[in-house]
Amino acid sequence: MAALGRNGAGMSAVAVPAAPGRAIDTSSDSVTATSVVRRFGERTVLDQLDLRIAPREFVILLGQSGCGKSTLLRLLGGLDLPDGGTITVPRKRAIVFQEHRLLPWQRVWSNVTIGLRNADRRAIALQVLEEVGLAGHVDAWPKTLSGGEAQRVSLARALVADPDLVLLDEPFAALDAITRLRMHDLVRALREQHDSTMLLVTHDVDEAIALGDRILVMRDGRIANDHRVDLDVEGRARGAARDDLRGALLSEIGLPQSAS
Amino acid sequence: MATTAEYGFDVFAPKSAARRRRLRGIRLRSPLGIYTTPLLLLVAWEVLSASGMLSPTTFASPSQVVSAATHLWSHGEPSTLRADLGISLMRALTGLAIGLTVGGLAGTVAGLTRFGEQLFNGPVQILNTIPFLALLPLFIIWFGIGEVSKIAMIALGAGIPVYINLFGAIRNVDQRLVEMARAAGVSQKRLLTKVILPGALPGALIGLRLAIAYSILGLVVAEQINANSGIGFMINQAQTFDRIDEMFLGLVIYAILGLTGDQIVRVLERYLLRWRPSAGTGRA
Repeated sequence: MAALGRNGAGMSAVAVPAAPGRAIDTSSDSVTATSVVRRFGERTVLDQLDLRIAPREFVILLGQSGCGKSTLLRLLGGLDLPDGGTITVPRKRAIVFQEHRLLPWQRVWSNVTIGLRNADRRAIALQVLEEVGLAGHVDAWPKTLSGGEAQRVSLARALVADPDLVLLDEPFAALDAITRLRMHDLVRALREQHDSTMLLVTHDVDEAIALGDRILVMRDGRIANDHRVDLDVEGRARGAARDDLRGALLSEIGLPQSAS
Repeated sequence: MATTAEYGFDVFAPKSAARRRRLRGIRLRSPLGIYTTPLLLLVAWEVLSASGMLSPTTFASPSQVVSAATHLWSHGEPSTLRADLGISLMRALTGLAIGLTVGGLAGTVAGLTRFGEQLFNGPVQILNTIPFLALLPLFIIWFGIGEVSKIAMIALGAGIPVYINLFGAIRNVDQRLVEMARAAGVSQKRLLTKVILPGALPGALIGLRLAIAYSILGLVVAEQINANSGIGFMINQAQTFDRIDEMFLGLVIYAILGLTGDQIVRVLERYLLRWRPSAGTGRA
């Protein structure tokens, strides 16, 4: 992050020659994707997809497995290039993967600050680890951590450089139900302290309702539905509005409503 | 653990209490650990030699080997054991150093770059199919009967396993970690020093272990086929003069060299791979 972060407001456009003369969006959006196409062989995974995310917004990308949501996240993270269209994202960005991807041979603090070049990396790490409740594990080896702890370290690693955009690729899918709920609380708390725009990919409808300002349902390589969630924490946990939203989302991702 | 078989249940209890109860009769632990059996064999050997059950013309007793060692250490003819050991060690370490350097560099370049792979992999794989010991006669013609052919032999034996293991280890580094590092904005240099090389280290240490074993193998063959100094030469001399104790001494020295090399790698592993739960240090 530090390498790319000299200019805080810097945007990097991931354009592809195949899209002739498409203007780069200059509005105040944090993330803009226009007519994005991504093919793998015969299969078109993203088909003329459009997406806009406002600064500080927490957007959930919801869909069944194989719908292309992780492909989109990889494009937004710059890990992969589109076959067509334009993507504009903040240069200061971080990715939280489904697996924690900690370097087993680096202690926790060193993992957290892997992308930094500051002299006082350990002190910086300690600060972020405190935020995720792991200050006691600064010097631990990753293999001694539980799954939930390791994922919290990877959250700390993403937030350490104060990115403008954090991309989360099903980060809690491999955790048990109770740990997952704790992680939701943690993510909400982190939102209070950081100004980042966040995009979280998930197939879990309840996770989407628990966290998102906006929920986008992906289907057939496009954003099919767009729900703004104006509920407080209590309203996200129970109530008629929540139940309606949940029912709508379930049927939109292609599950019969009785599955709830 | 106790089993109540008739009801089909397993009962598990803390190890200490249950174990003692069950294995009371056969609980044996030697203070010598894994050295127990070798030491017992040595004692048996000594006793059998002393009693005349082992012929002194075919078996030297351990005490004879020790006295041969102390005598030859400074009074050996034509050269002392000290000098022979020195020259053998020098050959092994020089060859090992050259093999590790060349094999290590080539393996790293080949692991990291497509070009390096195309440059080095073919020749090394071809060399790897030839038992390297078979090259000695050719090496003697190329490099003469002096030190060069011997050191080249040892270097070749050490270099090939280092190259092959390092190349494979670098290629097998978890690509998800590399992707993570790239996404986190890690520089090319740090990617190498913090992700790829540490990730390849376990495989590289296997290569090192093999390199040490092969360098001793190379040393033995090079010194026994053509040499006028060194441990191999000493063994040949001993055979000529029918000194069974000195022949055994040579074998003991080779064993000690191999064991020492292995212990050094073990210590290195314990330190360098201390992040692995199996490394024994556990929690940081």
